[in-house]
Amino acid sequence: MQKSLNIDPGKCTGCLQCEMACSYEHTGTFNPSRSYIKVFTFHHEGRFAPYTCTQCDEAWCMRACPVDAISVDITTGAKVVSDDKCVGCKVCTIACPFGTINYSQATGKVVKCDLCGGDPQCAAACPTDAITYVDADWTGYDRMQASAAKSLPSAEATA
Amino acid sequence: MQHIIVGAGPAGVIAAETLRKADPDADIAIIGDEPEPPYSRMAIPYYLINDIDESGTYLRDPKRHFAELNIELLQQRVETIDPSGKSVTLADGASRSYDKLLLATGSHPISPPIPGLELPQVHSCWTLEDARNIIERAQSGSNVVLIGAGFIGCIILEALVKRGVNLAVVETGNRMVPRMLDDKAGGLLETWCKNKGIDVHTSCSVDAISDSGSGVEVALSDGGKLSAALVITATGVKANTDLVAGSDIKIDQGVLVNRRMQTSDPDVYAAGDVAQGVDFSTGNFEVQAIQPTATDHGRIAALNMAGQGDEHHGTLNMNVLDTVGLISCSFGLWMGVDGGDSAELYNPDEFQYINLQFDGDHLVGASSVGKTQHVGVMRGLIESKIHLGDWKDRLLQDPTAIMEAYLACTQELSYQ
Repeated sequence: MQKSLNIDPGKCTGCLQCEMACSYEHTGTFNPSRSYIKVFTFHHEGRFAPYTCTQCDEAWCMRACPVDAISVDITTGAKVVSDDKCVGCKVCTIACPFGTINYSQATGKVVKCDLCGGDPQCAAACPTDAITYVDADWTGYDRMQASAAKSLPSAEATA
Repeated sequence: MQHIIVGAGPAGVIAAETLRKADPDADIAIIGDEPEPPYSRMAIPYYLINDIDESGTYLRDPKRHFAELNIELLQQRVETIDPSGKSVTLADGASRSYDKLLLATGSHPISPPIPGLELPQVHSCWTLEDARNIIERAQSGSNVVLIGAGFIGCIILEALVKRGVNLAVVETGNRMVPRMLDDKAGGLLETWCKNKGIDVHTSCSVDAISDSGSGVEVALSDGGKLSAALVITATGVKANTDLVAGSDIKIDQGVLVNRRMQTSDPDVYAAGDVAQGVDFSTGNFEVQAIQPTATDHGRIAALNMAGQGDEHHGTLNMNVLDTVGLISCSFGLWMGVDGGDSAELYNPDEFQYINLQFDGDHLVGASSVGKTQHVGVMRGLIESKIHLGDWKDRLLQDPTAIMEAYLACTQELSYQ
């Protein structure tokens, strides 16, 4: 069974270990601004919400790509950007309605969560189990994905 | 089922792939008249600066992809269509019959009415063949005049600067990309370009181009004159509707289609730049010559051709642009609606701008300059018509908090 990231914002303390681990895994530096997972802070509510790509079935980024640079990793189900093919046109960054594929000025390519090939470092680094990598059944993450998809009328139009 | 797709751009290719998934046994043919494998015009700027070779512009691996999906790829020009006989005639005289036909014929650059446009130094930048010509002529150190600072003009502007030419840009609008960005955002782009040494002329048009012996002279409406080795025109595109011009199929700015991408002939569909389909924001039927719309159109048309489709809610107009390193984007009704509120953050010293437009407590339009992170969520907020509630007030205070607003409105922040 494929696994997916399960994010429970209620358990997040905002420590940013996930951002550190992600940026180190993907760029070789501890630089949260280059992390593909991002922890959003809700001051009023005293809450934090880690957020990254849900590897959605719609794959808006993949469909919008004009040069076939995004493909599905068949073992993890992740939508993965090929740096060799990506020209940096950024069409995917406006096509993704979740804002989870972004242009990196450092590399001139777009970047997104690739589930670290099946061993997501954000989940490994999270000290409170706010981010876990679990069997892709009815996880909170699925609920996230479902509620996000439901909110988009065009997602239904393709059913 | 015999499906014929005329046009091998993104709309045509996505349609063929979607048809194959929806109808594994159908006969599917893509007929395109350019002497190249299916490629993406979006990638041309990166070919101009040698970031990629020609094969890097290809939409799919041409050697394997289409054969693997059993999609016939025909390099031919379709001369006529006969909707009553349900057939198309090719340039070589052959005729092909169809059950469902998709017109994905794209658009062509408009030639502005300027004397001298026929001179050999004047080119448009639209096809791979145009790009080859420009590479040959836009040598480092040469003077190049770009007519038009719209979306396409600005995309090739970046490539021209990187090729090391001395660039002048002439735009009739009062700002750069006037159909994509407002005065403030367009102004930021202009200042940015001028700081990079580009000679930008807005509210200015070209009166005439004449042979100067060594090159051409470009006469401007403000009395100025520019000398150039190469002139590139990028003054907009127009739908390729010639194929249906003699038929009963209804045309306006493009081929008119309903929410199933069906033309006035129920067996003929249209998608992409050629199609005048429903706009998400206005409900009006408009031509949106943009890549995301082409791919959406292609998919929706194909599903409906296979009898599995639905009515589409409309495509959202959106653009993203990299102007010599300054990134801008806009979505939907970025100019706002009557009686709607707006939120703005404008920091010209840092070349940063974000503008949100609301109708009640929905986001209906947005634009930004200098922002690369999470811009897509502006689409999400607009297209999902989320009621922002309290978050609208927060966004009026801090328009940068769009991701927080989206998360707070779509997800429980705690799953207890």
